[in-house]
Amino acid sequence: MDSGSPLRSGRNDGWPSAFPARSSIVAKAFAFINDKRVRDVFYQAALLIGLVALLVYFIRNASQNMVQAGIASGFDFLWRTSGIEVPFVLTNYTQSDNILALFWAGVANTMLVTVIALVLSTALGFLIGIARLSSIWLVQAIAGAYVEFVRNIPLLFFVLFWYFGVIAALPAPRESLSVFGVAFLNNRGLTIPLPDAGANFKYAFIAIAISCLLHWLFLRWAKRRKEQTGKDAPVLRVGLVLLLLVPVLALAWATLATRWDIPVLRGFNYRGGFVVIPEFVALLAALVTYTAGFIAEIVRGGIQSVPNGQIEASSALGLRPGQTLRLVTIPQALRVMTPPMTNQYLNVLKNSSFGAAIAYPDVVSLFMGSALNNTGQAIEIIAMTLAVYLVIGLAVSAFMNWYNARIALVTR
Amino acid sequence: MSAANALPTSWRERLFGSPTITVVTLLLAALIAWIAVPIIRWALIDATWSGQTRNDCTGSGACWVFVKARFGQFMYGFYPIEERWRPNLAGILFALSGAAIILAPKRLKLSLGLAALVILPPLGVWLIAGGFGLRAIETREWGGLMLTVFISIYASLIAIPLGILLALGRQSELKVIKLIAVLFIEFWRGVPIIAVIFLASLLLPLIMPAGIGVDRLARAVIGLGFCIAAYMAEAVRGGLQALPKGQREAATALGLSYWKATWFIILPQALRISLPAITNEFIALVKNTTLVLVVSILDLLGIAQASLADPAWVGMNMEAYVFSGALYWLICFALSRWSKSLETKRGR
Repeated sequence: MDSGSPLRSGRNDGWPSAFPARSSIVAKAFAFINDKRVRDVFYQAALLIGLVALLVYFIRNASQNMVQAGIASGFDFLWRTSGIEVPFVLTNYTQSDNILALFWAGVANTMLVTVIALVLSTALGFLIGIARLSSIWLVQAIAGAYVEFVRNIPLLFFVLFWYFGVIAALPAPRESLSVFGVAFLNNRGLTIPLPDAGANFKYAFIAIAISCLLHWLFLRWAKRRKEQTGKDAPVLRVGLVLLLLVPVLALAWATLATRWDIPVLRGFNYRGGFVVIPEFVALLAALVTYTAGFIAEIVRGGIQSVPNGQIEASSALGLRPGQTLRLVTIPQALRVMTPPMTNQYLNVLKNSSFGAAIAYPDVVSLFMGSALNNTGQAIEIIAMTLAVYLVIGLAVSAFMNWYNARIALVTR
Repeated sequence: MSAANALPTSWRERLFGSPTITVVTLLLAALIAWIAVPIIRWALIDATWSGQTRNDCTGSGACWVFVKARFGQFMYGFYPIEERWRPNLAGILFALSGAAIILAPKRLKLSLGLAALVILPPLGVWLIAGGFGLRAIETREWGGLMLTVFISIYASLIAIPLGILLALGRQSELKVIKLIAVLFIEFWRGVPIIAVIFLASLLLPLIMPAGIGVDRLARAVIGLGFCIAAYMAEAVRGGLQALPKGQREAATALGLSYWKATWFIILPQALRISLPAITNEFIALVKNTTLVLVVSILDLLGIAQASLADPAWVGMNMEAYVFSGALYWLICFALSRWSKSLETKRGR
C-alpha cells in the first residue's frame, strides 16, 4: 500500500466513473466499496476471520473428542514417572525419572547425532566437492558418480540399509572387527574405550581454549602492526604452534595420563568401555553419507562461482597459490556457500528424526513415540517436539544471518 | 561431464596426461576393481536367476529369484491380483493425459490441463479405491511402487496449488496475508517431515467432528502435501522474484485486476522460471514418501522392508534393498535429468 506510486494509489479520483451520480448516497456507497484501501482491509479481515473460525472449530472438535476418549489435557503429565527404558542416554536419566527428563534425554540424543553428523558430513562433503573440481579426470568422475548416486536415493533407504543391511550383517561380538585393539565393531554396536576420570581432559580443553585466545590476540596485534609499520609477523608459524601443536600435545598428554577402561571380551560380549548402540552408528553413517553428497555440490558451486579473473589478478599481484586460495578464493566462495550450507545444516537437524524409523532414541521416537503412547496427550507432546526443532532452527538461522551479514560484500 | 563424447586421444590425456595423473589413475582403478569385482560377482556372475523358492538359491551370489517371486508385491503391495488392472489403467490415463497436454497445440494446453486437473484425480481415486460399481479395496491393501506414485501425485496436487498461493501471499502488499503466508511457510519448513506425518496421523482424526474418520493414507497425503507446499512456495517465490516489477505494473496500467494480472501475466512466466526448482521439490517429495513407513503404510521401501520378515525367504536383505534402491534411483535420476534439461533450455 505505498500511496506514493500512482499505479497502486487507492481512489481513482478525477477518472470518469462507470456509475454516473444518480444520487449522492449511492455514488458514495459505490465509491466506498470500490476504494482499494477498503477492499484491502475487507479481504484481510475476511481471511483472518475465516482462519480463526476454522481454528476454533478444530479446537472445539478436539476438546470434545478428548473428553469422549477420556484424555487429559495440560502439562501435568510431564512430572509423572516415565517408566520408559532408554537404551542410550547422555543425561543421567533413569526409568524412575519423570517424563520431562525423558524429553531432555531425547533432545540430548538428537543434538548428539546432529552435531557429529554435521562435522563429519562437512568434512566429507568438502573432500568430495573439491574432488569434483580435480584436474585428474578419474577423481572427478568418482566424486561425480558418488554425488549422483547419493542424491537420487531416499535418506530413509540409507538409514534402513545401514541398520538392517550392514550393521546387522556385521559379525557377532566374538568375531568383532577390531579398531587398533581398543574399539570393537560388531552387530551390537561400536564398543569404545571410556576414560575413568575426565579431569585430565578438562585441563586439556582449558589449555586449548587459552591457546585459541592467544592466537586471536596475536592475529589482532599482527594486523595492527602490519597496518602501522608494514612489517610481516610469522603468522603461519605461530598459528601452527598455537592452533595445532598445543591442542595435539594437550590431548596426547590427557590421553596418556588418563587410565582408560578398555573393553575386553568376556564370554559372549564385551565388558567395560562404552557401547555406542547400532542405531546410532547406522543413523550417523546414513546422515553423513547422504548429506555429504549435497554439501559437495554446494562446495563445488561456491568455488566455481569465484571468477577466474580473481585468481589471475591475485597471481599478477604476486600472491602465491596458497595465499590466493586462503585470501581470495575461499573468502568469496564462503559468501556464496553460507546460505545453502545453513539450509543443509538445518536439514541435518530435521533429518536426525529419521532415527525414529530404526528406534534410535531421539526426541521424536522417545517423546512423540513412547511418551505419547503412555500418556495419550497428543497435542501437548506434538507441540513440545515441534518446538525443539523450531527453536533450534530459528537460533541457527539467526546466527547464520549474523555471520552472513559479517562476511557479506561491502558495497558502496 | 562431457567425457562421454570425447575422442580417444583426449581420453589418453585425461587418464594418463602426466606421471602424477597416471599414478593416481592406476591407484584409483585398482581401488575400483577391488570394490567393484566382488559386487559384480555377487550381483551378476554368482547370482541365481531362475527358480521358485529359497532352496533354488544355492550359489554364493544374489538370489534374484526372491525379487521375481515378490515382484507383484513390490509393485502393488497386497492389492488383489485380479484387480491390478485398475491402478494400471489409472496410471495409463495419467500418463496419456500428460502426454496429450505436452503435445497439444499451445492454445489448447491450458484448457486441456485444467480439464485433466478436474477430472483425473477423482477418477484415479475411484479406480484404485473402488466403490460405485467397482469392488472397494481398503487402503491397507495398497502398497509398493503404486503407492509411492499415488502419494507423490496426490500430495503434489495439494502442494503445488497451495504452494503457489502461499508464494503469492508472501509477495503480497497486504500485511496480514503476508504474515500468514510467512508463518505458514516457516513453520512447515522448520519441522521434520517425519514429525509432520506423525502429527497428521494423530491430529487429523482428533480435530474432525466425532464420527468422521480420516483414512490413514489420506492423513499421510495431507500431512506430506502441507509440508511440501511450504517448500514449493519457496520454489515458486524464486520465479516470482525473478520477474521484473514492470510486468505487474504494466498489467495494472492496462486495467487488469490483481487476479487477472496474476493469472495471465505473472504466473505463466514465473512458473516457467521456477519449473526446475518445482521439479527438484517433487524429487524430494518422491524421496520423502518413504517416510509413511513410520505410520505403517507400506510403499516401495516399506514393502521391501516388510518382505525381510518372511520366514520362507530368510536373509534376503541385500536383494530387497538393492532392487528397491535401484528403482528409487532410476525414478529420481530420470526426474533430475529432466529438471536439468529444463534449466539448460531456459538458459539458452
